Amino acid sequence: MKKIYLDNAATTPAHPDVVLAMQPYFSDKFGNPSSIHAFGQETRSAVEAAREKVARLIGSSVEEVVFTSGGTESDNFALEGVAFANEGKGKHIVTSKIEHHAVLECCEFLKKRGFEITYLPVDQYGLVDPQQVKKAITDQTILVSIMHANNEIGTVEPIAEIAKIVKEKGVYFHTDAVQTTGHLPIDVKELGVDLLSLSAHKFYGPKGVGALYIKKGAKLVSFLHGGGQERGRRASTENVPGIVGLGAACALAQVSKVAPLRDKLMQGILSRIPETRLNGHPTLRLPNNLNVSIKYVEGESLLLNLDLQGIAASTGSACTSGSLDPSHVLLAIGLPHEEAHGSLRFTLGQATTEEDIDYVLEALPPIVQKLRSMSPLYKGAK
Amino acid sequence: MAQPYSDKVMDHFMHPRNVGEMENPDGVGKVGNPICGDIMEMYIKVKDNTIVDAKFKTFGCGAAIATSSMATELVKGKPIEEALKLTNKAVAEALGGLPAVKMHCSVLAEEAFKAAVNDYLIKTTGKGLPDFKPHDEPLTEHGH
Repeated sequence: MKKIYLDNAATTPAHPDVVLAMQPYFSDKFGNPSSIHAFGQETRSAVEAAREKVARLIGSSVEEVVFTSGGTESDNFALEGVAFANEGKGKHIVTSKIEHHAVLECCEFLKKRGFEITYLPVDQYGLVDPQQVKKAITDQTILVSIMHANNEIGTVEPIAEIAKIVKEKGVYFHTDAVQTTGHLPIDVKELGVDLLSLSAHKFYGPKGVGALYIKKGAKLVSFLHGGGQERGRRASTENVPGIVGLGAACALAQVSKVAPLRDKLMQGILSRIPETRLNGHPTLRLPNNLNVSIKYVEGESLLLNLDLQGIAASTGSACTSGSLDPSHVLLAIGLPHEEAHGSLRFTLGQATTEEDIDYVLEALPPIVQKLRSMSPLYKGAK
Repeated sequence: MAQPYSDKVMDHFMHPRNVGEMENPDGVGKVGNPICGDIMEMYIKVKDNTIVDAKFKTFGCGAAIATSSMATELVKGKPIEEALKLTNKAVAEALGGLPAVKMHCSVLAEEAFKAAVNDYLIKTTGKGLPDFKPHDEPLTEHGH
């Protein structure tokens, strides 16, 4: 059976060159980078070479890159690090309703520790309004965190514009760039952020490694306490193979070219299946992301049927997440519950071909028709 | 491919029995709501106090569709009194088990059938099932 992977926002396969680059660092070059001997010095230079590659990709200096265990840690590090180092100045944090759980749950944690959180709404396309950010900032605000692009609906936020406002107010600005790093050009100076999270496995690197860009001079408490690794920012012996893999992925990163295929898939679905809608912004969106709602059917049923035909996608329906509510992002852009439950996300990757798209466009309409015929919400074409 | 469901669930999901609307049903049960993402409608035909036919329509996940299908299979041909002994556990067991987070789907299937019987009894005797409470609140208590 054909196997078509259209869930690249969940994770990507490691590039073969990334795996090759990592391989020597398991058994052959295994030294602890903190060791003074040759074994250690060998891996120390590998870690620093990787740091340089990350810095080059995001336009930072090498000292501003701290390796972490991935996107969640980078987000937690940024928020908790700034919050606990600056609570003397104020205890207010501004974020949006459509952030990744790694930011939202961290905010809830901080709320329980006495911080006040403002969750900004977004418009129907998922865009944060920079003017609302401006209005939300008070003299108690110490941090604003707005994601670069949304992982579910793909909307790319006006980060540079927001950063300008936030910096005028002298507040720290963090962006979760887990979905954009390695796909869109990123320059921390052009974006104007103080902190930026990235994760290797979202752009053909290995799982379990990421980085946090911390602008020189930013005050954060250390995330892990122990040895003096990462200039005291994060203790723990470096994940050398992972870090080397992240560096290799950064060196290989290319601006995504899959937008034309994504557009073909989008137009195909919207024109072949009645009563479907695009979620997210029509143009200000990740080139690899398509999110659609298919009325009268539920997402997990769609996924199971697609999976039986070898197609991997994802949904914002509650039925796959084990929680009661459907995606917080889809609800935040104003979708009724049943349409949020009927959402499908396709995220394309470097390996996606035109044949894959054609295959999906053949497979999906009969699945929808079958499920609609069973649905009490569907009363025939309107 | 590794599905989270048993082969039996997948069979009833992909090839549901008794799916579709029923002409002139004797009883109709509607349960669930769009907020939690499951809506079931069950239709029954009754003759001499026996469920002679049962059909359903479901908006929901794989487990919701499979449990509706299995529930209609289990009640068909049974006297009402016996069919009312149908429990959500029996539906789940007949399907070879359900993942824990999906047990609420079997509860919905049981309730959809009971709602249909309740509707039939009200129409024919003016009195519904003594302990039946229609379920139109979000199903938070079922441990989604």
